[in-house]
Amino acid sequence: MPTLSADIAAILYTVSAVLFILALRGLSSPETSRRGNTFGMVGIAIAIITTLLVSNMNGMGFALAAGGLALGGVAGAVIAKKIPMTDMPQLVAAFHSLVGLAAVLVAVAAFFSPADFGILSEGRIKAGSMLELGLGAAIGAITFSGSVIAFAKLNGNMSGSPIMLPARHLINLALGLGIAVLIGMLMKSGGTEPWIIWALLAATFLIGFLLIIPIGGADMPVVVSMLNSYSGWAAAALGFTLGNLALIIVGALVGSSGAILSYIMCKAMNRSFISVILGGFGGDTAASDAGDKEQRPVKRGSAEDAAFIMKNASKVIIVPGYGLAVAQAQHATREMVDALKEEGVDVVYAIHPVAGRMPGHMNVLLAEANVPYDEVFELEDINSEFSNADVAFVIGANDVTNPAAKTDPASPIYGMPILDVDKAATVLFVKRSLSPGYAGIDNDLFYRDNTMMLLSDAKKMVEGIIKAL
Amino acid sequence: MTGMLIMAGGAAVSPLVFQLAIFIMAIFVGYYVVWSVTPALHTPLMAVTNAISSVIIVGALVAVAAGVKGGSGISTWAGFAAVALCSVNIFGGFLVTQRMLAMYKKKAK
Repeated sequence: MPTLSADIAAILYTVSAVLFILALRGLSSPETSRRGNTFGMVGIAIAIITTLLVSNMNGMGFALAAGGLALGGVAGAVIAKKIPMTDMPQLVAAFHSLVGLAAVLVAVAAFFSPADFGILSEGRIKAGSMLELGLGAAIGAITFSGSVIAFAKLNGNMSGSPIMLPARHLINLALGLGIAVLIGMLMKSGGTEPWIIWALLAATFLIGFLLIIPIGGADMPVVVSMLNSYSGWAAAALGFTLGNLALIIVGALVGSSGAILSYIMCKAMNRSFISVILGGFGGDTAASDAGDKEQRPVKRGSAEDAAFIMKNASKVIIVPGYGLAVAQAQHATREMVDALKEEGVDVVYAIHPVAGRMPGHMNVLLAEANVPYDEVFELEDINSEFSNADVAFVIGANDVTNPAAKTDPASPIYGMPILDVDKAATVLFVKRSLSPGYAGIDNDLFYRDNTMMLLSDAKKMVEGIIKAL
Repeated sequence: MTGMLIMAGGAAVSPLVFQLAIFIMAIFVGYYVVWSVTPALHTPLMAVTNAISSVIIVGALVAVAAGVKGGSGISTWAGFAAVALCSVNIFGGFLVTQRMLAMYKKKAK
C-alpha cells in the first residue's frame, strides 16, 4: 500500500481547505461560481485520496470504502439530478441530517477504536479528546434529529404549525444540563464505560427533536441556516479529535456561513435569534381568518385589466413570493415579462430576503425560469425604485409588502424591512383570496385606491394576462 | 504506534493550541468570505457548504481502516455507514450546486 508522510498529508489537507475557501469565494458572483464549485470538488477528492493513502487501509478496507462511496455517490447523483428546485429547502435539510448522522457515527467509531484515532493515552481516551468527541457527537445528533424535523415540516410530512409541549423550556433546560453532565462523565471515564456515549446520543437526539418541533413553518429559513451552522461545528469538533486540518477549517467555514445566513434571515424578518429558537411563531396556514374581512371594499380586476395597465406602463417591478413557487407560476411569469418587454416596457424583479423558504431560494427559482440574474434585485438595491415605477406586480407575496411593518407598532411584523410597493403608481396584487399571510395580519395595501386585486390562482392569472397581451 | 497516530491525525505538529489557532483564523476567513457571497447565491452556498462539510468522510475512512485492521466491528460498520452518508452529500451537494449555478444567466444583449 502506498503511504504518505504525515507532513505531506497535512500539506495536502491544507491544499484541500484552500480549495474549499476558493469554492465559497467564487460565490461572490454567478460568473465565478461555477469555477468555484469545481475547486470544491477537487478539494474533496484530494482530501479523500490523501486519507486513503495515510490510513494504512488494507484490501478489505478499500473494498468497504469504495463500496460506501459508490453506494452513496450513486444515490446522491440521482437525487441531485431529479430534485425539483422548489424542493431545495427540504433537500438541504435532508443533507444536513446526513452530515449530522455521519458525525455521530465517526464519533462512535472513534470511541470504540481510540488507538487508531490517536486519542489514547495510557489505555484511556484523553479527556481533551473526549470533550471534542463528545461535542462532535452531541452537535451531530442535534443536527440530525433537528434536520429530520425541519425536513418533515418543509416537505409537508408534518404540519408547519408549531407544536408546543407544556413546560418545554424546563424539559429542554433539564436535558441540556443532563447532556453537559454526561459529557463530563465521558471525560472522566476515559472511555471505559460505553453506556455513557449511548446515553449522550439518546439525550442529544431527543433535544434536537424537541428544539425544532415548536418552531413554525415561517421561521424555517432561519432553522435551516442554523442547522447548516451546527453541521459545521460538529465537523470542526471531530476535526480536533482527528487532528485533521481540512476538517477543522471546513468546520469553521461552514459554521460561520450558517451563522451569518441565520443572522441575515433573522434581520430580514426583524426577529431575534432567541425568539426564533424559543419557537411558537407562525404556522404555515394562517390560523386567523376572522369574520371581519371583506368588509372593506377592494378594487378587483381581471387579467385583461392587468394586461392593459402593464402594457401602457413604462416601468414594471415584479415582486415574487413563495406563492409563486407553490403555484409553479415562475415560467409563466417570465413569459409574461417577455411579452411586456416586446411592448417596450422596462421590467425588473424585486426580491425580499425571505421571499422563499430558504435564503436565496427565489433567485434559484427565477434562474430556473431563465430570468437573467441581472434583472433580479435585492431589497436594498431596488427599494428606492418603486417611486419611479408605474406598476408593482406582486405575485404570491404578502407580508413582505405590508406597510404595517412601518406604520403600526402593534403589528407582529413591525420593524421588518419591506419592499415599498405602495410607492408605485399602481399596485397589482395576484392572490388566491384576501386572506392574510402567515403572520395572520391584514394588509392595508389591498384596500388602497391605487391597488387592484387580481384574485385567482397565480399561474392561471399570469397565463390570462399573457393571452390578453 | 505513535508514528501511525500522527499520520492518522494528519498534523505532525499538533498541539491543541496550534489547531485552535487555525480554527479561529478559519472562522475569520469564513466570516469575510461568506459576507462577500451575493444574496442571489445563498441557496447554492448552503448546498455547497453541505457538500464540503462532508469532508468528515476523512474520519469515516479512518474508522473503516481502524475497524478492518482488527479494531472494533462497530468502527468498521459505523465507518462504512458514514462513508456512504457522506458520499450521498458530497455527490448530491456538488452536483445539485452545479445544476443550480448552470441556471444563472446574464441578460442576452
